[in-house]
Amino acid sequence: MATTEHSTHQPAPLSLYLATFGMLMFLTIVTILAGFHNFGMWSTPIALGIAAVKAALVVVIFMHGYSSSSLTWVIILASMFFLTIMLGLMLSDYMSRGWAM
Amino acid sequence: MSATNETVQDHGQHHHKDLAHHFDPLEQQHAANPLGMWAFLLTEVLFFGGLFAAYTIYRYKYSAMFEEASNHLDITLGATNTVILILSSLTMALAVRCSQTGNSLWTGRWLLITIAFGLMFLGVKYVEWKHDYHIHLMPGKDWSGKDYWHWQYAKKAKDMETEAHKKGSAEHALPDRKDVLADNDPSLGVRGIQESQQARLFFLLYFCMTSLHALHMLVGFVLIGIIAYFAYQGAYSPEYYSPVENIGLYWHFVDIVWIFLFPLLYLLGAHMGH
Repeated sequence: MATTEHSTHQPAPLSLYLATFGMLMFLTIVTILAGFHNFGMWSTPIALGIAAVKAALVVVIFMHGYSSSSLTWVIILASMFFLTIMLGLMLSDYMSRGWAM
Repeated sequence: MSATNETVQDHGQHHHKDLAHHFDPLEQQHAANPLGMWAFLLTEVLFFGGLFAAYTIYRYKYSAMFEEASNHLDITLGATNTVILILSSLTMALAVRCSQTGNSLWTGRWLLITIAFGLMFLGVKYVEWKHDYHIHLMPGKDWSGKDYWHWQYAKKAKDMETEAHKKGSAEHALPDRKDVLADNDPSLGVRGIQESQQARLFFLLYFCMTSLHALHMLVGFVLIGIIAYFAYQGAYSPEYYSPVENIGLYWHFVDIVWIFLFPLLYLLGAHMGH
């Protein structure tokens, strides 16, 4: 979040971007290896968990979330909130009405 | 702000040359630009969200068949594209960074390199879609009236591929269309037809989600190209680089969508190991 008025002027160090890229590559390998392993019911939560960490890295570093204004973060979090409502309420309806399927 | 020639006389007031009328200081303009882009990306999240919701529901209802259908996708090509797209995200981040430091030449170069990686991604996708089409994974109407044999064909093609790999040859023939039709169609039964329908649903979602994603990349190419042109013209400076920043946000969003699509579509059935 923005602490100084000039935060958008100062570019992040190059090493930060390269480290983020390295981390994203590492997590891609982890998700592929995890995919070949049978975790039963945990397979999907694990895959989505790794994807969420990768997405968070992209949002915070590549998309400059670390220096974004609080108002921007309201929008970022709102997108996740409404997506959760869409998926969550829809799924709860399907999962609780087995007789209608 | 630094030099007097950077200010222009406007309505009797002094403005920074990059500051639009409706903003108070330059800082407010800096904060407002990404905010607007993020508001657009919020609508994009919900736009893709509709397809993800459809996927979630049918994945829940037909989980076994979705895993089996997913197993027909090529993980190597999917993984290659993941690497290419993350690389393009890095080059885009570097383009934005160069625009912040006032390096117009490399802003333009990194943007063009980003497009090049994007084109590579679509090239791989073309090879992949072509193969998917040849092994009858593309959902569609069969004019013979026997719609359900496509899945039988895909399964036979997969078996032949596995067989060829065991023998150590990379080359493998595709099954004969007539053989599959003659062998399997009458004996499919209700269960076979249901399986075929469920697998077709998976591939419908696969093609819709990946092509909506590819469409976003095509739009991205045009926009990045325009901004690369202006970057080469020297239109951006450390005081004004919002267009580069905004196209960066868009491209990273496209990357994030793929980060979720890859495990959900390609890795779903990987643990079945065939």
